[in-house]
Amino acid sequence: MYLYDDFDRTLVAERVAEFRDQVRRRLSGELSEDEFKLLRLMNGVYLQLHAYMLRIAIPYGTLSSRQLRTLAHVARRYDRNYGHFTTRQNIQFNWIKLEELPDAMADLARAGLHGMQTSGNCVRNITTDQWAAVAPDEIEDPRIWAEILRQHLTLHPEFSFLPRKFKIAVTAAAHDRAAVRVHDIGLRLHRNGAGEVGFEVVVGGGLGRTPFVGKTIKPFLPKRDLLSYVEAILRVYNQFGRRDNIYKARIKILVHDLGAEAFAKEVEAEWQPIRDGALALDPAVIAEVAARFRYPDYAELDDSPPELAQARATDRRFANWLGNSVANHKVAGYAIVTLSLKPEGGPPGDATAEQMDAIADLADRYSFGEIRVGHEQNLALPHVEQRELPALWRALDRIGVATPNVGLVSDIISCPGLDYCSLANTRSIPVAQELTRRFRDLDLARELGRLHINISGCINACGHHHVGHIGLLGVEKNGEEYFQVTIGGRADENAELGTLIGPAVPYAEVADVVEDIVAAYLELRDRPNEIFLDTVKRVGVEPFKERVYAAR
Amino acid sequence: MTSPLEQKLRITGPVVVTANRLGDGAVVYRTLDGHWTTHLAQAAVVTTTPAASELLAGAVADDLGAVGAYVAPVRLDKDGGVQPGNLREAIRHRGPTIDLPGIPGF
Repeated sequence: MYLYDDFDRTLVAERVAEFRDQVRRRLSGELSEDEFKLLRLMNGVYLQLHAYMLRIAIPYGTLSSRQLRTLAHVARRYDRNYGHFTTRQNIQFNWIKLEELPDAMADLARAGLHGMQTSGNCVRNITTDQWAAVAPDEIEDPRIWAEILRQHLTLHPEFSFLPRKFKIAVTAAAHDRAAVRVHDIGLRLHRNGAGEVGFEVVVGGGLGRTPFVGKTIKPFLPKRDLLSYVEAILRVYNQFGRRDNIYKARIKILVHDLGAEAFAKEVEAEWQPIRDGALALDPAVIAEVAARFRYPDYAELDDSPPELAQARATDRRFANWLGNSVANHKVAGYAIVTLSLKPEGGPPGDATAEQMDAIADLADRYSFGEIRVGHEQNLALPHVEQRELPALWRALDRIGVATPNVGLVSDIISCPGLDYCSLANTRSIPVAQELTRRFRDLDLARELGRLHINISGCINACGHHHVGHIGLLGVEKNGEEYFQVTIGGRADENAELGTLIGPAVPYAEVADVVEDIVAAYLELRDRPNEIFLDTVKRVGVEPFKERVYAAR
Repeated sequence: MTSPLEQKLRITGPVVVTANRLGDGAVVYRTLDGHWTTHLAQAAVVTTTPAASELLAGAVADDLGAVGAYVAPVRLDKDGGVQPGNLREAIRHRGPTIDLPGIPGF
């Protein structure tokens, strides 16, 4: 966990007091909606179809049990008893009253939580690998760098009115679980030929209306230069990014229009004069931030304890969950446990207040009081003793978060869609719910292997449809809901955008279409362990297209 | 952003003016007597561009009552009942089409 200091606490408390006054002035009529809208958005407050929505940042996806209990309290006291975990390590509450928002924010602030920079044209919540500091394939804790960036870019006056929103993600693992190549800036910690650790800097990735996989403009950036180089990128973007057209305002358009090489030259020119100035990171500063991350006092344990083998041998449901939802930990005797927020028929990413409280209790008992939030809209307990897994599984099963479908066909990423969102064209949650029912057979899901379905209810792509193995994009045609279908997308270290397979299909046929695609895959794959993506790569989209449209 | 009053209205059927209530964001509709109601049945239904423009102007001027006023289509039943004119408005009127998960006791 990261320990916030008095500066952090004062900053957040002052912001709550400021917002309380802004709400008072709005409700009394001193501020018009035009004046107030910008102020509320700076605190993560949107006005959606039915109510105000509050988006709260979960920096680098790490929550303490106390913070999760606070989220449960906010859900219960100010909302309708649940929250929605998003694709950017945030949580959203959908039914909060403006009149009560200052009190909700004050309660959140006491636990070190806030909505600053979760909206508006600024640097948003900086995300990272939900398995940070515990993944065996990681070279160091990426959250330290996310935190250094967070401190520098929070309320940064030069970057509070960028041409458009700006998203940064950091990973330090070989396998990219943070989708860094589809962010405005993606940072990948890696080791160079000399054995030094630094960053590959990827710029101009993004989804939305005009999707791009980011381009590497700096294969190796020394750690000391992180702030100055990111500052240089933001300055170039701030100066040259388009402000005349909201659809062309993201940095990806600038990088595309200039070309990655020319963009990199602009950054280089901006960077050289500031490189050795105040932004050069002093090792003492890095060490100070790193020291505020507290790591568990792990016991000395062996892998594969007998209790685990026994439970696996005697309980098939436990064995299935173990094989699906439990990952190797970098420390012997421990495991990383993913909690599926994708139960059959449930809205992806939603958790009730009771579930949040129960998970907080389980985190205290089994995971050093720590919970992680991943961009796939699931949670994780990052430090679980392997010998405790059977007991933990029983507890998770009782509260409905042990569906062994992590990474499988029913582990669907979905935006809130037209059931909540004022931007959406179509519903997306009911599509996800129907698909979880169609693919309720977990034996079939395991047989299918890794297969990610991502659903967006509009072109803004909050459901990351472009990088779904199967991507579904809702579009409206003459007042009716339709879905465009793409296949072959992926968000990992080999990120690719999916390929459209043909004309949009009616809402009522979407689940049938996905079943057709899955059936085609089962027929086309050349061996049982050839995953869907590899089959698409090998045979192309045509056979899938034929299968889907021949019958329609 | 263009003000709703500057947007060219083209009315081809019955419409109402709708917005979100300032204090809690609830969906509200403009009434004939210049108030807001949460009941679509009590909304002022107009069918001409001048009437819609006038209704919208009054709604936009009431910045303290509701936020983001705009003209939305409705359908009229044979018995005179007012129904939302498209899916978006139907969802705003009736709420999400899914069961909400926050029932105590999971």
